[in-house]
Amino acid sequence: MHSPMEQFEIKRLLHLNLFGIDASFTNSSTWMIIAVILATAVFVWGMRQRALVPGKLQSVAELGYEFIAGMVRDNVGDGGKKYFPFILTLFIFILFCNVLGMVPYSFTPTSHIVVTFAMAAFVFVGVTLIGFARHGVHFLSLFVPKGVPFALLLLLVPIEIISYFIRPFSLSIRLFANMLAGHTMLKVFGGFVVMLGIIGGWAPLAFIVVFTGLELLIAFLQAYVFAILTCLYLNDAIHLHH
Amino acid sequence: MDASAAKLIGAGLATIALAGVGVGIGNIFGSFVSGALRNPEAAPRVFGNVLLGFALTEAVALFALVIAFMILFVF
Repeated sequence: MHSPMEQFEIKRLLHLNLFGIDASFTNSSTWMIIAVILATAVFVWGMRQRALVPGKLQSVAELGYEFIAGMVRDNVGDGGKKYFPFILTLFIFILFCNVLGMVPYSFTPTSHIVVTFAMAAFVFVGVTLIGFARHGVHFLSLFVPKGVPFALLLLLVPIEIISYFIRPFSLSIRLFANMLAGHTMLKVFGGFVVMLGIIGGWAPLAFIVVFTGLELLIAFLQAYVFAILTCLYLNDAIHLHH
Repeated sequence: MDASAAKLIGAGLATIALAGVGVGIGNIFGSFVSGALRNPEAAPRVFGNVLLGFALTEAVALFALVIAFMILFVF
């Protein structure tokens, strides 16, 4: 029987070597490109009529836009308008990668920490740069909680600094581990179905059906969490302590 | 003790983190239900926060899973 981890294997489809760096076209890149094409198709094809009363696909596109626009408005405020396209792109990309990963025999690019860490590191570096560009050295006051006695500050400032630098790791591990755990669990229970055969295999099969529904919810939820945490970090950088 | 046996024990120990996560997730939904029964009108407004809290708590369980996997497969 195949191992449940086999689905995460990266296969080189097109060998490419750029100046000594292995830049092969893999199944991971294929599914990322499919996600981008599908997401673009939903938005461009959905909005082609620009009807005042939206049709089905236009409603979906508008819903996604409004959802993230509301999230940015509520969590970042007016200063966040500039960064709305970035957060929308991030959300839609992660959402499509996660949901496409639920298609049997597909590949989930977000189940690899390289992919999620690249995104999280980009968010982290970007947010830090925005903070320094907006507030200069004053941005460092983010690490000093207000209204705290000096003796306690000696303890709290290192904690704040550590928790700030741990952000890209927790952000990326959360997404990657969710995808990894969910897909592994589905495959492990798939193995149970085969092992128990036609007599007892129905119970794990029923579980898989229910769990697939939960996985779809989690696929959406993780994209949402990634986007909303990006918003919160951005809010920290733009407004410091407010 | 054999190193591979210690590995298995360590990976098993890493799952103790699930106890805290169980308490956390139960707390989130329990508080939500009791709050929603007191004030049903406010329930839909906080449901987004409930899901956010659920996802953040669940992530802690997955950190434990990552540690268990690292113990088993990386070292």
